Amino acid sequence: MALSKRHISKEEVEHVAWLARLELSEEEKELYTQQFNDILDYFQKLNELDTEGVPPTLHVLELVNVFRKDEVKPSLPPEEALANAPRKRGRFFEAPRIL
Amino acid sequence: MEPYKLGAWEISQKIRNRELTARECIVSFLSRIDSLEPKVKAYVSVLREAVLKKAEKIDKKVKRGERVGMLAGVAVAVKDNICTKGVKTTCASKILENFVPPYDATVVERIEAEDGIVIGKTNMDEFAMGSSTETSYFGPTRNPWDLSRVPGGSSGGSAAAVSAQEAPLALGSDTGGSIRCPASFCGVVGLKPTYGLVSRYGLIAYANSLEQIGPLARGTYDCALLLSVIGGYDERDSTSVNRAPRDYTRSLGKDLRGLKVGVLRELIGLGTDEAVVKAVLECASKLEEMGALCQEISLPVLSYALPAYYLIAMSEASSNLARYDGVRYGYRTEVDLDWNQVFSKSRREGFGAEVKRRIILGTYALSAGYYDRFFLKSLKVATLIKRSFEKAFQQVDVLLAPTMPLLPFRLGEKIDNPLALYMCDVDTVPVNLAGLPAVSFPCGFHQGLPIGAQVIAPPFREDLALQVSFAYEQAAAFKGRTPTL
Repeated sequence: MALSKRHISKEEVEHVAWLARLELSEEEKELYTQQFNDILDYFQKLNELDTEGVPPTLHVLELVNVFRKDEVKPSLPPEEALANAPRKRGRFFEAPRIL
Repeated sequence: MEPYKLGAWEISQKIRNRELTARECIVSFLSRIDSLEPKVKAYVSVLREAVLKKAEKIDKKVKRGERVGMLAGVAVAVKDNICTKGVKTTCASKILENFVPPYDATVVERIEAEDGIVIGKTNMDEFAMGSSTETSYFGPTRNPWDLSRVPGGSSGGSAAAVSAQEAPLALGSDTGGSIRCPASFCGVVGLKPTYGLVSRYGLIAYANSLEQIGPLARGTYDCALLLSVIGGYDERDSTSVNRAPRDYTRSLGKDLRGLKVGVLRELIGLGTDEAVVKAVLECASKLEEMGALCQEISLPVLSYALPAYYLIAMSEASSNLARYDGVRYGYRTEVDLDWNQVFSKSRREGFGAEVKRRIILGTYALSAGYYDRFFLKSLKVATLIKRSFEKAFQQVDVLLAPTMPLLPFRLGEKIDNPLALYMCDVDTVPVNLAGLPAVSFPCGFHQGLPIGAQVIAPPFREDLALQVSFAYEQAAAFKGRTPTL
């Protein structure tokens, strides 16, 4: 694959940033498009390696299904849970309008 | 001698033997912090009043002849991505600038249960994403050996605080080298534990399948001491491994006769600074003089670790950092718009450039059409890396390599080139992909700047890595050297 290959366009950067709910300035869009292409060029190095039939490491430890008893334990009181909320109303988080 | 010059174990011994009070020690560290912080900037916050009260409590216990813990009166600097109840925990990010956790991380509870005192929260790369502590929202930390250079990262504040004697011990977190890199650059000892040995409960997640909390200290003994305190099973972390607690200071002092050390050819290969290669090879000869059997080991697949690490870390970051929505905690934009706009504006205003870069690239790597090519491929490469380490450990007991391929660089030198900065992690990331323990320790100096070597051990063999580090340290010509500040 040629090194000059463009992997991602400015429009795609914009789209992916939107998927991540991350607004970008025009300047950031330009800069990131350039940088992402350089970084993705380098990441192509992985293609040199044959991984046919190799299982993915989903977890370095071979732990499966860690269970504990389903017991009711004390939880955070509402006033503590709300203490860091940028906006609250009574005993609730105040969220932006959805509809 | 001024108490701030003492190591952690010496401090707790002297307090126990009533040669020193905890209060005297804490006051000594606070004044050291006051005089050096304008230059070093290792801390994000210092807990002045609270620490004096805690010290007085410990002094009372000693006076009454009650049992005191292993870290009695020892000041511990804690990286600011580890939750401290009632004390701001910012991840050096604007988005968490005013976040006050309602609970302590398990490691903090364990330190306090042994009468250790959290003296302050240390600076870091924003959300632990970086290798120079320059991406902090609060500005960079400086390297105590040369204030024009970076301390490494992301636990740069923790390493600088220990190196500058602003604390005898510190906690960092290591996702791709974030304890070992600054330990190397600041000339201190830093250990990344086996995945699952230390509880991550209360560690603010960046890439949770890779990261571990670990200790930093000026010497191996203190590093082992802090590991003994924080290690062990915790039911609140479902990836915590249920093993018997261990005293890691016990294996120290054992001689190295017959220990098989593999020197990793790939990591001393092309691209590594000559001064670093020389120091690490000299370290290997020194270990041989002490009876270790060194041989070169080649693991070619390690050269694929860096892209695989970054793709996995970025993918996990994009998912972990989705929680910052400006609703439950953290920064929220002033603008009153609909959900999506408030969400994306809060994140635009709250996150710094590197965090945004990793969230977007991670989202890209996980998105339809790219998942197999990037994320899944990286997980398969991780398997190959893990297997190659397993094979190496059939031949040797531990592996030796440089921690960093270069000497501490100048502030601003690399920050505008993300890829160049990522490349600095080439020697540290394989360990995280394989979940192994590794300790970085000073192995030499070049033009007044410290060089670090790392010993990588099989899973849960921190004792072996520490044994090598301790033995080398006892014999090192520069033992006890500290920066002039």
